[in-house]
Amino acid sequence: MSVEVREARQPWILLSPALTAVALLLLVPLCFIVVYSFWLRTATGADQPGFYLDNWAEALTDPFYRDILLNTLKIAAITTLVCAVMGYPSAYFIARSRGNKAILLLLLMLPFWISYIIRTMSWINILGVSGALNGFLLWTGIVGEPIQMLYNEATVILGLVHFLLPFMILNIFVSLDGIDVTLEDAANSLGATRWEAFLQVTLPLSLPGLAAGGLLCFVLGAGTYITPLVLGGPTDAMFANLVFEAIITQLNWPLGSALSLMLLVVLGILVAIYNRYLGMAQLMKGLG
Amino acid sequence: MKKIDNTIRYERLRERYMNGDLDRRSFLGLIGAAGLAYGVQTPFARYANAQTVGQVRFDGWGGVVSEAFREYAFDPYTADTGIEVVDGTFGGGDEYLSRVKASQPGEYNIAHLSGVFDYARYHNLGLSSELNEANIPNLEFVIPKLVEVFRKVSGGALSCVPYDYGTTGLAYNRKYISDEEMQQKGAKILIDEAYKGKIAGWNDWRTRIWFASLQTGQDPNGATDMEAVWDAIRAHRDLSLKYWTSGAELMSLLAEEEIYVTEGWSGRIYALQEQGHDIGYYDPPNGYGWQECLFVLKGSPMEACEELLNFMLAPETSIAVAEGQNYPPALDPNKVDLGSKIPTLPAFDPKGTLEGLTFADPDYWNGNEAEWSKTFGRVQKGY
Repeated sequence: MSVEVREARQPWILLSPALTAVALLLLVPLCFIVVYSFWLRTATGADQPGFYLDNWAEALTDPFYRDILLNTLKIAAITTLVCAVMGYPSAYFIARSRGNKAILLLLLMLPFWISYIIRTMSWINILGVSGALNGFLLWTGIVGEPIQMLYNEATVILGLVHFLLPFMILNIFVSLDGIDVTLEDAANSLGATRWEAFLQVTLPLSLPGLAAGGLLCFVLGAGTYITPLVLGGPTDAMFANLVFEAIITQLNWPLGSALSLMLLVVLGILVAIYNRYLGMAQLMKGLG
Repeated sequence: MKKIDNTIRYERLRERYMNGDLDRRSFLGLIGAAGLAYGVQTPFARYANAQTVGQVRFDGWGGVVSEAFREYAFDPYTADTGIEVVDGTFGGGDEYLSRVKASQPGEYNIAHLSGVFDYARYHNLGLSSELNEANIPNLEFVIPKLVEVFRKVSGGALSCVPYDYGTTGLAYNRKYISDEEMQQKGAKILIDEAYKGKIAGWNDWRTRIWFASLQTGQDPNGATDMEAVWDAIRAHRDLSLKYWTSGAELMSLLAEEEIYVTEGWSGRIYALQEQGHDIGYYDPPNGYGWQECLFVLKGSPMEACEELLNFMLAPETSIAVAEGQNYPPALDPNKVDLGSKIPTLPAFDPKGTLEGLTFADPDYWNGNEAEWSKTFGRVQKGY
């Protein structure tokens, strides 16, 4: 075997465990879902194999699914925006802190040690009628009666921000940490104020991290179903809840498969658009 | 004749190799082939190994119910037989059915199913087993009416034993709603605008349709005006703070005073009362009665399961579990002395005829399941 052939094969050999895992754990199940989406559910709940377009016709033409999907994208977008606004100053503070950066990063990672469901449910004890916040408001006399704060769209967004904020901060931090701090000093020495130096130097250079965090938050937010289930009211469902209901409650795996693929395709298109117009390479090129 | 196992085979092979009878390539090739053969046969060997039953899987509703099962039934059964009971939980029969559908036969064994309609669904999907009743002598203590409805569904044979019964009635906070007001308004209190934002309900389509039928003055086992039913469900939705999804959430919402009124499971409400919460419970006329059973799934180790069922139906176990989970047992009070606590439980029938309870008609509910569960999913979300 020549050296060239061996070198050409080497990356594939090294990648083969990861590629095998992706194929077995992602592509094969995805293929099953695609096949399932063309089956039908019979009246007894059993599946009828075949090639039927009924599930796709229903998923694509029924305004019910379209409306819930749009609402899901809206909630994911608001969550992403809030995460960006809240996450940037935190990431900036961590990146510019001296000495205690490791401790701050550890604190940022701490929530990941607790189950996502428990973190979500903790808001019930904070915002509930007899929760900590209402208790404080009543104790201080600010309100005479407990305020109903839970089980609405705002608490769903709050729960999502709580879940996704660390992802945003980490992405922005990685980007900010890679920026040479002397660039801001150079801008200052050329007459820029600190604010102008931030706006014209640091912010543009950190945009790839902000964009990556935004994409991650949006995709994770749009695919969640626990948060609306725990913190949402009767009408605060997101698209993943429809998938859950089709598969679990209605035992309609074929329709659930079509709906989950629909969400996958929509998010895939958004990611593709993002890469086309805001992708890292494009951003870096523009900054260059 | 000496039994040759894999270790002896390997030792002989190695000896031949060390003696020079086998070359290195052949030795390694045979070792590799043996490894491959073992790897391939193992999944199938599982069935042979399954003849020795070391554990049985049981799935139920969690919370106080599971705690009662563990304390009064599973642990003593394991101590008695050496067979371990692995218990899991589910939030509803639909969710469990989905899990079973995705599993291999034998993975799930016994389920604490609710309602005859669930039994019929599982039977129609080919998931039912056939119990050898001779192995369950304690079945004779069970209320005959509870057994017969199951026999009717599965053509005379049984795939389950009835275990307990209860009701889904109206639970209310007495600080805000009096007993008189509750009895006067009945199921309509769930669509009373005076309690907007303080009402809740289970996100189960059957329960919602049942109570909407009562609210619209219809027979819950034969509603004729479904539009009125859906409108009542919409009205309830718009006044509700939340649809609860588990018994634990139901108890939390009532105990924390997030809500004042909801429908609730009799045993869970009794547990709240035992904890000292001033929560009332009222079964309106034609309230939702149900019975639960221990269903053995097809592919399960039948004898071990039958032994567990017999153990669980033993009066001392059954009564202890019933007192723990606060649902009356399926035992016939005419045949078994049920002690002092059980007669105080909600829904208890001292005659053992259960004539005062209205159960769901499996044909009616299962016949409409596909359409109604889907429609409820939409109505629930504002449509």
